[in-house]
Amino acid sequence: MEFLYASEVLVNGLMAGVMYALVALGFVLIYKASGVFNYAQGVMALFAAMTLVGIMEGRVPFAHLINAMFGVHVSHFGWTVPAIFGIALTALIMVGLAIAVEKLVLKHLVGQEPIILFMATIGLAWFLEGLGDVMWGADVKVLDVGLPQGISDGIEAATNDWLGYGFFIDKLDIWATVIAAALVAALVGFSQYTKQGRAMRAVADDHQAALSVGISLRFIWIMVWSIAGFVALVAGIMWGTKSGVQFSLSLIALKALPVLMLGGFTSIPGAIVGGLIIGMGEKLFEYFIGPMVGGATENWFAYVLALLFLVFRPQGLFGERIIERV
Amino acid sequence: MIYREAGDFKTSYRDDGQTFPIRLDRWGYYALLAVAFLVVPFFIDSYWANAVLVPFLIYAIAAIGLNILVGYAGQVSLGTGGFMAVGAYAVYKLMTAFPGVPIFVHILLAGLITALVGMLFGLPSLRIKGFYLAVATLAAQFFLVWLFNKVPWFYNYSASGQITAPERTFFGWAVTGPATSASAKYLTCLVFAVVLAWVARNLTRGTVGRKWMAIRDMDIAAEIIGVNPLSAKLSAFAVSSFFIGIAGALLFAVYLGAAEASEAFGINKSFLVLFMVIIGGLGSIFGSFAGAAFLVLLPVFLKNVLVARLGWPTDLAAHLELMIVGALIIFFLIVEPHGLARLWRLTKEKLRLWPFPH
Repeated sequence: MEFLYASEVLVNGLMAGVMYALVALGFVLIYKASGVFNYAQGVMALFAAMTLVGIMEGRVPFAHLINAMFGVHVSHFGWTVPAIFGIALTALIMVGLAIAVEKLVLKHLVGQEPIILFMATIGLAWFLEGLGDVMWGADVKVLDVGLPQGISDGIEAATNDWLGYGFFIDKLDIWATVIAAALVAALVGFSQYTKQGRAMRAVADDHQAALSVGISLRFIWIMVWSIAGFVALVAGIMWGTKSGVQFSLSLIALKALPVLMLGGFTSIPGAIVGGLIIGMGEKLFEYFIGPMVGGATENWFAYVLALLFLVFRPQGLFGERIIERV
Repeated sequence: MIYREAGDFKTSYRDDGQTFPIRLDRWGYYALLAVAFLVVPFFIDSYWANAVLVPFLIYAIAAIGLNILVGYAGQVSLGTGGFMAVGAYAVYKLMTAFPGVPIFVHILLAGLITALVGMLFGLPSLRIKGFYLAVATLAAQFFLVWLFNKVPWFYNYSASGQITAPERTFFGWAVTGPATSASAKYLTCLVFAVVLAWVARNLTRGTVGRKWMAIRDMDIAAEIIGVNPLSAKLSAFAVSSFFIGIAGALLFAVYLGAAEASEAFGINKSFLVLFMVIIGGLGSIFGSFAGAAFLVLLPVFLKNVLVARLGWPTDLAAHLELMIVGALIIFFLIVEPHGLARLWRLTKEKLRLWPFPH
């Protein structure tokens, strides 16, 4: 029984790990293609989810600001938009965001040290966070795009018959896993078998060599940031449906950082395996050790695990070997 | 015309190596210090102390500390909030356990305790570099804040989980506690800020500072020419954490008076101090002050304009502030990655030549 309960925790941890991996995936894509460590990925997920809710509920963008400036009281247009159109529109907005980031930020920072670029993305994160709040308001929003939620009765009944103990698994988690798997398959297919995907990998490999064979760096960057924006949208939908669209979403996305450290910044499989390890590890740790030390260990376990792991393997599980020369 | 080194003859090596080689600069700083110590305390009211000057001085100390680590030694840290929490809780435990000892000793001891904790979390820096290290320091941030929230010993088993600074006096003046006057708060922070800035300035231009900079520029090359990376990196973490610990202690004991770990020392504090360092200028003591002043004044300014003038709601002003700070950071990184300190240096160069173009 104890064992069964622990394995339920384990399965739930795996599902949470899929969610972390989704966010981590966006980081890896951008890092590989442009060498930018995009801290704003988490906030992009939050922003995408906010925009989606705003569009679906027919909220007036910048309503708060307009009200304050002109002394009127606008809030909703009075229509609702079906989820599928909302998602398409939000995806378009994320592409627009990618273009804006490339034109306004990245273009001017070419050739700067990586740490400067990293800090620029922290600035971007603050900006987007503020923009999201100003555009759509800072209240906790409910996001429902029609994904099934709640405990899966089928699995509970099946495991109850088979093992004598019903597993409690959220339907949303199962869907998230399926969608994440599909997304990863699509991404891998895209980067392996299409012209643009090959160009993307070429840019990731060597900027100058890619330029010299006629690949447009700027187009690839816009494309990569758009894809990352799309991944952020998917992650935002999942997290938003699970726990509401609110500020803490961007903090959950911070968890993707230790995932990346475990898996290595440059590896897509690494992001997935890292996500699973972290998700599993923190749930099991909370289950076994948590009660002894007062609980809420999920806040820090991932970071400490990644820290200890890195001391022994500085490039992560699947990262490229770091070779340094003087 | 006046700002020249011409005619300002140096007759000893000591003169030649001084921090402010230009006479006008030197006198300017002396005058500034004289005003800060002798004039401001008599005119300061509690709005100016609480909204502007005290937070400015405290964040300046924290920014100098982080600048030593990031700007001079090149080890990016996102754990500043956690280390500030160590300083705050250390001073709280010391204040309540040894009420007879002067508060200044407690604050210094809190700095030393933070230095030890900082060295502990700095150990992985010997293996981990760059981004990986930045993320690894997040472990310090989240673990320390969790620790102070979960272990009741740290907050003396108080029911609210908060720590509250008891009143402590120094020569009959209340320095902490609710009865502290604005000028006492200000003077306490000013003394620490001035002394620590002086220490930092002299550390960074001495042997230790050169070792840090060698490690920053290329650690393997530095190791080959005989800089011990262990001692250089750990000393950077220790000194930086000492400063940050003192800033945390002052923030809690003198400025806030009461604090709760996850609220006062969360991840946003880490980023705030990091932004001060970036906007001010990496590797510059002046820049730390400039960055702190900028990011302390900006919200006050925006609040005055948006809330008091235009009558906009405070939450909207707070969101706009996030946007503006974010955009400004990107703007600064694009236009001047070396921050306000570089702008100041360029201005001074121009002044020396003025009115001639070359």
